[in-house]
Amino acid sequence: MLEIRNLHVTVDDKPILRGLDLEVRAGEVHAIMGPNGSGKSTLAHVLAGREGYVVTQGEIRYMGRDLLALAPEERAREGIFLAFQYPVEIPGVANIYLLKAALNAMRRHRGEAELDAVDFLALVKGKLKLMDMDESLLYRAVNEGFSGGEKKRNEILQMAVLEPRLAILDETDSGLDIDALKVVANGVNAMRSPERAMVLVTHYQRLLDYIRPDRVHVLALGRIALSGGPDLAQELERRGYGWVEAEAQKRHAASVGGPG
Amino acid sequence: MGKRPVQLDELISQEYRHGFYTPMDVDAVPRGLSEDVIRVISAKKQEPAFMLEWRLKAFRHWLTMTEPHWATVRHPAIDYQDIVYYSAPRGKADGPKSLAEVDPELLRTYEKLGVPLQERELLAGVAVDAVFDSVSVATTFKDKLASLGIVFCSFSEAVQSHPELVQQYLGSVVPYTDNFFAALNSAVFSDGSFCYIPPGVRCPMELSTYFRINARNTGQFERTLIIADRGAYVSYLEGCTAPMRDENQLHAAVVELIALEGAQIKYSTVQNWYPGDKEGKGGIYNFVTKRGDCREANSKISWTQVETGSAITWKYPSVILRGDNSVGEFHSVALTNHWQQADTGTKMIHLGRNTRSTILSKGISAGHGSNAYRGLVKVAKSAVGARNYTQCDSLLLGDRCAAHTFPYIEVKNPTARVEHEASTSRIGEDQLFYCQSRGISAEDAVSLIVSGFCKEVFKQLPMEFAVEAQKLLGVSLEGSIG
Repeated sequence: MLEIRNLHVTVDDKPILRGLDLEVRAGEVHAIMGPNGSGKSTLAHVLAGREGYVVTQGEIRYMGRDLLALAPEERAREGIFLAFQYPVEIPGVANIYLLKAALNAMRRHRGEAELDAVDFLALVKGKLKLMDMDESLLYRAVNEGFSGGEKKRNEILQMAVLEPRLAILDETDSGLDIDALKVVANGVNAMRSPERAMVLVTHYQRLLDYIRPDRVHVLALGRIALSGGPDLAQELERRGYGWVEAEAQKRHAASVGGPG
Repeated sequence: MGKRPVQLDELISQEYRHGFYTPMDVDAVPRGLSEDVIRVISAKKQEPAFMLEWRLKAFRHWLTMTEPHWATVRHPAIDYQDIVYYSAPRGKADGPKSLAEVDPELLRTYEKLGVPLQERELLAGVAVDAVFDSVSVATTFKDKLASLGIVFCSFSEAVQSHPELVQQYLGSVVPYTDNFFAALNSAVFSDGSFCYIPPGVRCPMELSTYFRINARNTGQFERTLIIADRGAYVSYLEGCTAPMRDENQLHAAVVELIALEGAQIKYSTVQNWYPGDKEGKGGIYNFVTKRGDCREANSKISWTQVETGSAITWKYPSVILRGDNSVGEFHSVALTNHWQQADTGTKMIHLGRNTRSTILSKGISAGHGSNAYRGLVKVAKSAVGARNYTQCDSLLLGDRCAAHTFPYIEVKNPTARVEHEASTSRIGEDQLFYCQSRGISAEDAVSLIVSGFCKEVFKQLPMEFAVEAQKLLGVSLEGSIG
């Protein structure tokens, strides 16, 4: 579903990703881990098409297409969803209004009829229950005055309504207490399916106790330094990121230092 | 990122859609202003002597005044002798009796603007008094209104048919000595709308006027006078668009509202005059004096305005709260894009006991636009128990626009309660990206965010007008609101 080859990305002329390769197939859940500043969030934003992230080399193919040629809204309509680490507030715009505009934009794109208010509300109410959210949140302005936990749940609610093919969750666990984390994890797990892929960007192994990934990757120096199964996350929890970084440094020095 | 980075500039720089010019013969007086010109205007309109006298007094007073320069707007000097002060579509001096008599060219113009008169007449239940340049060309529903004793007609007509009402109320809220532009208007105003609602009558429909400036170099000097007698109610809608042109045009209208005991007047405006091009060339100068007088107890006057047009807007719809327990409201959305400048706000003058006023102002600045809120809340010694609540919010798009807030508060009575809240926010790239990452296009996202910002004001507009207001906002900021 997603193939990233030799991806180089700069932000403000500073290289962040330096030759990242990643392949994610339908039905898989991948965890991207790594220390702060390793480029995890950059990867998430590049996939969603955020401005200011300049791809200088490499390619990203999504469903066989050149992802980088698509505008952010086109990517979303093609089924890419980014759950934000810091969800954005939009004063005056009701949460439900944004959700409906988003869902109908996607339905139009797929050539489907827009949902009317009644059907839409029925759909959303079902998803609210899944996320253990109060209906009143629908009528409040998008993320305005939401607690940290409410914001994160709201992201997953949007994901549940929009039903993406590829969901990217950027530090969705940060700032959540254990109960909220469980609710969010339940919501995510309920959406696992053979047709859907997920990329979890996270600093801590904690989230992976609740959402078990198929693959775990460690980012260091702008590329995947280490990949493994779910056990790798536990090893990282025990040993920290230092040793992965040190090995990556060594490899980097060797490759820069010439043959041998 | 991506091949089509989002540029706010692109979104907000859409060209004015109502820019076209209808070639018509005009019957105009020569350029410039003098007592002779005023006599010609008055004679053309076959006015009674008191009108001519009033105009001449206004003109003589205007000569003693100088153009005000305290507003935060900049424009080249206006040559008042280079303006044509009266023009009317040729052969229509008497005004048509029905739509069939209206110049088809004119009707097509309205069509292009999306103001199909017939449709409105039949479907919307709106009585339209359309002003094209200076003479009213179509008035509808007059019979139905007349059966209730409501007078709704062009100002010229009112001068002929109800001179006593005109003489009693004209200039009683905005005297010709009030300010430079009001004095000019009083001297030369060519036409406008007049409305009188008799005691205890609730006007059964929204009254509406469409203004349009068309003849080249013709300043527009409209005069509107609305009187709601005891216990009466009226909702009045004003909307306007103008064709594209190069030269700046002066527009100095005066609107006077009078609410007697227990009466209510709701005055809504959607204003979309030509704002000038991307470089700031052309566009209308809109220097308007709008004031309501809650003359007797328990009366109420509400102003709601959506201002998206004009190169320069200078406008402060105000309420004098004279009667005890009277209520004044001001709800405003003002949008400035490209090089547009707006200095707008309101004055709430509390004189009576227990008078209340609410001010809700939403300013949106984009491009190089400059938007100033200027408001005065004045509580006189006599205004025991007066209350005011003011909220001013500014929204910025991009980083070259400006928002200013100038709230003036003068309180002379210790029992008064006056509250003021203000905020400034920016449509950030992060808000746009957030919406886009949910599949919503950037232009729809801008509309979504802006309409969210304006929601409280749009709620005050009559339904059909709210839709139009959203459309205008959409045009001014590109795209439509979903």
